Amino acid sequence: MSEREPDPMLDPDPAKKLPAGGAQRAGQAQPAGKAQRAGVSEADDSPAEAIVAIPLRHPWRNVIAVLLVLGLAVFVLDAAQRPDYGWADVGKYIFDRRISQAAWVTLWLTIYAMISAIVIGLLLAIMRLSPNPVLKSIAWLYIWIFRGTPVYVQLVFWGIVSLIYPVFTLGIPFMTPWVTIPNEVFTNLFITAVIGLGLNEASYMSEIVRAGLLSVDEGQAEASTALAMSWGQTMRYVVVPQAMKIIIPPTGNEVISMLKTTSLVAAIPLSIDLYGVSRGISAVTFTPVPLLIVASLWYLLFTSVLMVGQHFIEKRFSRGTGRMKTDKGPAAPGPAPTAGPGATGALGTPGAPGTPGAPGAPIGNDFGGKG
Amino acid sequence: MTGAPMVLAEKVSKNFGTNKVLRGISLEVARGEVLCIVGPSGSGKSTFLRCINHLERVDGGRLSVEGQLVGYRQKGEKLYELKLSEAAHQRQDIGMVFQRFNLFPHLTALENITLAPMRVKKQSKAAATARAMELLERVGLEDKGDAYPAHLSGGQQQRVAIARALAMDPKLMLFDEPTSALDPELVGEVLDVMKGLAKSGMTMIVVTHEMGFAREVADTLVFMDEGVVVEAGPPRQLLSNPQHERTKAFLSKVL
Repeated sequence: MSEREPDPMLDPDPAKKLPAGGAQRAGQAQPAGKAQRAGVSEADDSPAEAIVAIPLRHPWRNVIAVLLVLGLAVFVLDAAQRPDYGWADVGKYIFDRRISQAAWVTLWLTIYAMISAIVIGLLLAIMRLSPNPVLKSIAWLYIWIFRGTPVYVQLVFWGIVSLIYPVFTLGIPFMTPWVTIPNEVFTNLFITAVIGLGLNEASYMSEIVRAGLLSVDEGQAEASTALAMSWGQTMRYVVVPQAMKIIIPPTGNEVISMLKTTSLVAAIPLSIDLYGVSRGISAVTFTPVPLLIVASLWYLLFTSVLMVGQHFIEKRFSRGTGRMKTDKGPAAPGPAPTAGPGATGALGTPGAPGTPGAPGAPIGNDFGGKG
Repeated sequence: MTGAPMVLAEKVSKNFGTNKVLRGISLEVARGEVLCIVGPSGSGKSTFLRCINHLERVDGGRLSVEGQLVGYRQKGEKLYELKLSEAAHQRQDIGMVFQRFNLFPHLTALENITLAPMRVKKQSKAAATARAMELLERVGLEDKGDAYPAHLSGGQQQRVAIARALAMDPKLMLFDEPTSALDPELVGEVLDVMKGLAKSGMTMIVVTHEMGFAREVADTLVFMDEGVVVEAGPPRQLLSNPQHERTKAFLSKVL
């Protein structure tokens, strides 16, 4: 059915294309000739004649669009009837208490992990920019390890850390320790998950923060220094506020990415998050697909809310930039140009924002401007 | 101490790696004097200016402002590098205006001016704002207080930058090619503000290419080339009757 469909659609198209192309050629020729004449002799002519031309047709675009819509319709209609999707079960579990509680866990995992990642990332960024070669190398080493190994592997590792270090001790090495504390940090799987996710994410955040700090013109810190402001004041009042404009959009992406990455805590293994609980339920009911859909819908809800939030925060931090209006009056035409074509998709992979292209990366990245 | 010249440089030298940027600069700037420095690019003019407020570290010789060594403390025979906070304290009395304005783009003109007085001198917001309005009026921009730098012309931005430096009540003002980044028709408004400042008795060191300004305002004109002071003297004399070949060659190109 779907194979036969395009043929009648294709047939009229070449016919349509020919006259369209012909008309376009004719339409182009006329103004071109005019322009030539104008360029040579008539310098200040009366108001130029508006171009009235038949717009260029794009028959293949239409064909592809129709094909895609048809394909999608077929898929949706089919999925609606296919028993494996278990739409009744989706409805049944979408507001299940266990699911909504697990959604909270996922949300808090995201929040705690991101907070720790931002704090550690800021420290790492400052270490990497410090003139002290030891601090610099340590930060580099950290980023190399945590960015260079899969987060899944790291989470498995943090899951067994409590076996490697059953107790924490304080004292002189190779002597009887003064204090011995049982390792309760890594036996709490939620805390382990926050640490595992946070330490991994910190390596990405440090690169984002570093790119932001480096994006601020050197003259800014210099002017601030010349005004007798200290390093701390220079950072706080001059450099960081300007760096935020660069830091916020990719950080928003990282939050969204983190929300989804929390599903990997199954590697620890922590199973009280959205994905873990969904799998747990489906293991009992033998309905994996409906519960995956339920989990996905919750993830989508959260990511959508985050994208909207990101959009407004970005607007807030681009005050005073040339392209924007001042804070008086509505910034109606403002945000549009910032959503550049090169912007990383809001749902981009965790690796994308940390890449070296970041310093010059376009600022905008709201949910309207995804590439 | 009070008898000491505002700026005293004795054989000041500065290297960037193996590149000797300053090779023994000696000069003196008295209180209330306006000193203009001219010379080809790469001659070390800006570097010398930046040494005076310790944006660059002096490598050799002695440089002092009001009898106080810049960036170092002398104890017996030994020199100790100043702590960052001490260096910052020294800079309070020295205002600097940059070629590219370096206004803080995320702050309004008024906020640009009040930031340092509020954070460094711990002035109240009201006091700092009142003073800032006074300074904006002085540079002819009393109605631009709420504008962000991006919405000001280059000349206006530079005038705000001058007001920002003046807000710290400096005893010495350094100008690093303040009009070089401006469109020609905007140069005048900035020079006018600087002339007013010179008339009010401010001690100024101005690195510039504006020979007219130097002739009119400077008490002393210094010609620098390749990291040394080639020639110095009253501007009219130096401009009309240069002694040194290099000065002659330079002036023949710019005048």
